[in-house]
Amino acid sequence: MEKIIAGKTIHVNEEGYLTALSEWDKSIASEIAKEEGVGELGDRHWQVIEYLQGQFKQEIPLSIRKIGKSGVVGIEEFYALFPQGPLKKASKIAGIPKPASCI
Amino acid sequence: MKKLVILGAGTAGTMMANHLRSELDKHDWEIDVIDHRQDHYYQPGFLFLPFDIYKPKDLVKSISSFIPKGVNLVSDKADKIVSGEKKVVMQNGDVIHYDILIIATGCDIAPEEVEGMNGAEWKKSVFDFYSFEGSLALRNKLRTWKGGKLVVHITEMPIKCPVAPLEFAFLADSYFKHKKMRDKVEITYVTPLSGAFTKPKATAVLGHLLDDKHINQVNDFGIRKVDNENKKIIDYEGREVPFDLLVTVPTNKGDAVIERSGLGDDLNFVPTNKATLQSLVSPEIFVIGDATNIPASKAGSVSHFEAEILTENIKRFIKGEPLKEEFDGHANCFVETGNGKALLIDFNYTHEPVEGTFPFPGIGPLRLLKESRMNHMGKLAFRWIYWNMLLKGTHIPFVPTQMKTAGKHF
Repeated sequence: MEKIIAGKTIHVNEEGYLTALSEWDKSIASEIAKEEGVGELGDRHWQVIEYLQGQFKQEIPLSIRKIGKSGVVGIEEFYALFPQGPLKKASKIAGIPKPASCI
Repeated sequence: MKKLVILGAGTAGTMMANHLRSELDKHDWEIDVIDHRQDHYYQPGFLFLPFDIYKPKDLVKSISSFIPKGVNLVSDKADKIVSGEKKVVMQNGDVIHYDILIIATGCDIAPEEVEGMNGAEWKKSVFDFYSFEGSLALRNKLRTWKGGKLVVHITEMPIKCPVAPLEFAFLADSYFKHKKMRDKVEITYVTPLSGAFTKPKATAVLGHLLDDKHINQVNDFGIRKVDNENKKIIDYEGREVPFDLLVTVPTNKGDAVIERSGLGDDLNFVPTNKATLQSLVSPEIFVIGDATNIPASKAGSVSHFEAEILTENIKRFIKGEPLKEEFDGHANCFVETGNGKALLIDFNYTHEPVEGTFPFPGIGPLRLLKESRMNHMGKLAFRWIYWNMLLKGTHIPFVPTQMKTAGKHF
């Protein structure tokens, strides 16, 4: 379905995840972050988002455990940055699909 | 003479031994199955054992009784797979060379992955029901438990049979009602997921059932540790859930032989092509069942559907033909909901569980995503089907390998 975020028309699935990363930009991310209750995105948020997008482009499945071992962010900080379901929220903000680690 | 080796004689490995012995020419192909264990457990029964619905003897038979004639059962422990040299090195030093290897080493609980989980309270007030020993110990505990806070908990995904912890909560509600002590037990369901299940429509139905049965839900709970002293679990955001009895599903990991062989991901699951079941490690290595990293449920029904496609693909591989890219992630699971009822879910990679009829569109007799006694009878009948048909690789009548969309309400 289509959705207007930050004045741009983008495509999302029924849960609000972008269906094409190519439609993503930082203003869209900031807007989704507000909707998700994450608030203003700082440097650490952007570093995590960049890492998640990089993993997605390499088709590497994501899990909280893997992110904790990545050296990019520890599990506790990851939760602090994206409270209440960090992987799910961070993925939505990063414009990548909901991780398949919940099947 | 060429050799095909199956590593693991659990549900998936045993099915493959039966399928392949009848499909491959005995003069051309020798088949070895490697497994050091003696007992084959009916794992779906681990859910029922704690509630005295099944007895231990209902759940165990010998591995060797399901390995067909013409297949060598090697009852020793494998140390590692050396994929570059196409050999399996055994712990006793023996070496088994293969032309084709099927990895069917499954997965198991790893409570040591969470701080304090297998601490002082392990098997005292902290239990699992994903192992025979754990399930039996929990049965003994429940028989004399006086009530209090029961917490049913999932550590992290993926886990074997993702609906089992929900079923455990439903059956616990039923069990304590039956014992006339439901008012003395507060049941809380704690999950790292945002809802009762992974797929939206089933989550709505199952979430309602939790409410109906007065089972509290705590979602998005990423456990950091088990506090044995104060009997509570604590998550990464500092949330605490107190318990008198914790029934947890610990982290599930693939077998240590995968780690020793350097073939797995960080949970020892083997990277596998999700449509062909060929490993991404080496073309002559295939993977089936809980050992794979494919995004399908880790369940016996999934292994059953995989086995039919993998058998075809092994035959094609031998002939040098392209592999069938046909595995669709099909899973078909009865979900016990307590009080002699169950619901049934049927889904795959792309289609979530929905309402409808099964296996005959419009007729049933089984109802999808709706509670019924018939579904419960189906679940109980499944034990007979498991021992007598599934392990032997017999096709289950009317249940297709690939999921069908007819009769379903998408």
